[in-house]
Amino acid sequence: MANNSFSSSSFTYKRQKIIIGILFLIVPLILLLVFTYLPAINMVLYSFTKWDGFGTVDKYVGIQNYIDIFTKPEYFSVFGVSLFYFVGSIVQIALALYFATIVSFNVRFKNLFKGILFFPSLINGVAIAFTFLYFFQPEGGLDTVVKALGGSNTPLWLGERSLINISLTGVSIWRYMGFNFVMFVGAIQSIPSEIYEASELDGAGRWQQFLYIILPGIRLILTLNLILSIKGALSVFEIPYIMTGGMNGSSTFVIQTVNTAFKLNKVGLASAMAVILLVLIVIVTIIQNVVLNDKEDVQKL
Amino acid sequence: MKPKSDNVLTFPKPLTQQEHRLGRGSKINHPGVILASTFKYFTLVLACVVVLLPLLVIFMASFKTEQEFYNTPVLSLPSNFLNLQNFSDAFTGGLMLQGFANTTIILVFSCTGTILIGTMTAYVLSRFNFRLNKVVSGLFLLAALIPGVSTQVATFQIVSGLGLFNKISSNIILNLGTDVISVYIFLQFLNGIPRELDEAALIDGASFLDVYWRIILPLLMPAIATVLIIKGVGIYNDFYTPFLYMPGKGLGTISTSLFRFIGPYNAHWEVICAGVVITIIPTLVIFLFLQKYIYNGLTQGSVK
Repeated sequence: MANNSFSSSSFTYKRQKIIIGILFLIVPLILLLVFTYLPAINMVLYSFTKWDGFGTVDKYVGIQNYIDIFTKPEYFSVFGVSLFYFVGSIVQIALALYFATIVSFNVRFKNLFKGILFFPSLINGVAIAFTFLYFFQPEGGLDTVVKALGGSNTPLWLGERSLINISLTGVSIWRYMGFNFVMFVGAIQSIPSEIYEASELDGAGRWQQFLYIILPGIRLILTLNLILSIKGALSVFEIPYIMTGGMNGSSTFVIQTVNTAFKLNKVGLASAMAVILLVLIVIVTIIQNVVLNDKEDVQKL
Repeated sequence: MKPKSDNVLTFPKPLTQQEHRLGRGSKINHPGVILASTFKYFTLVLACVVVLLPLLVIFMASFKTEQEFYNTPVLSLPSNFLNLQNFSDAFTGGLMLQGFANTTIILVFSCTGTILIGTMTAYVLSRFNFRLNKVVSGLFLLAALIPGVSTQVATFQIVSGLGLFNKISSNIILNLGTDVISVYIFLQFLNGIPRELDEAALIDGASFLDVYWRIILPLLMPAIATVLIIKGVGIYNDFYTPFLYMPGKGLGTISTSLFRFIGPYNAHWEVICAGVVITIIPTLVIFLFLQKYIYNGLTQGSVK
């Protein structure tokens, strides 16, 4: 009898399991397919057309869009702008590493410093864009500071072609430095303190500790941040779009894609641009996964 | 005593256990140490000034009258901190109140949905040994590769094809449909919880639904908190999605209604400043209360 009830209950359990399994997975799967996979597939299809986004997909042109993007400087020159952001994020990571290191040694008001430096990464992007639009204005906050420090000829921070991307990259560093910083602080704290103690007994100084303990200890998180910054530099949109609208040579690849698709209604061409961005980001992500194969260390954070 | 090194980051004295974990006590009297310490605090304070100054300028401007705004230097204090005219202009004229309402609706539905969908998916993938589980896991993993920012060109066609363009549901459904990180956080957390707990409940006669609702969900609470923080901050700050899908007049979120200030209030920076302050205050309050969770949650989300 015991045997009987066991088998009947295991039968209903099996059925119940299947029903619950299907019920629980059906909605997430449909959403995933419709809003993540379908767009990606459609985008590739659109990229071979000169479709304007209205009516049925038509005007098949083969790889003409891709040829256009890679041969006309007006399209690929925006990748030059990504370089500003990439160099900016190297500076950002270096600053974050410096501050994370000094904060991890003895510092008063550590939490206050940490909080202040981190806070910008939580702020709404539109609010940040407006804050700096105002800060960069002639006679605005930045000019006042420059003059107070003895400078006289203040440039138009967002008006001069040679300066605009540097100013915008500066905003990006202002916004995200604290985020890297907090990640590094976390990574440094996860290094066992015995290692420092042992090294101090051996007479290691702070610089040696940084070079031989901290740097190797956070190597993975550092690599991860560098890789993420490549992705970030490729997909910059919000801040320059709101602050300058991409004027004056500040357009990024995503700004250009959005304008091509939604202002010029060249959905085909915009799709080709988006496919290129997608491929670039996928390549970077694959590199990321290869480099960070040793996931154990990352998960400790 | 060891010889003094000329590197500013080098401290010569060994550390005792009683002192701060990585730190050093207060008996610092070496000139190199004092120099290093001064430099350290100088750079930290400088960084804080750089972070705070642009915000401070905005904050002060938001209390100034129009007259005052154009006739006083940017770094001067407003004459009256009780002048809230700009704030009421931003709230009503600038439709920020509506922005808060819309953002709240999107937040509530997206967060509830994400948690239900994410935990349900993770539960099945982690506890049921379906043959298709590997495929489904793979689909979610692969989706993490596809950055939303690049596919909007085609997503737009689907959203408008479904008749969701200019509806608040477009944002909610996109928040749910493109969210892979949450599934991963839940899955990882769940894989760390021993199966014996829910298996014991099943043997006691609980149904799978019971197990999910009474055991799995409560156990997942720390992961849910993490996901709520990541999603909450992300949705509150999201500009791209509402900008693309909800351009309608009554459909502004916090981000887009603030963005729309740039036209009508172009000459009224004092009102724009008030709008910026209004946008930042909820973030600041949440940050002050949930600091620790926010550090952990957000940094975790970016690693996955």
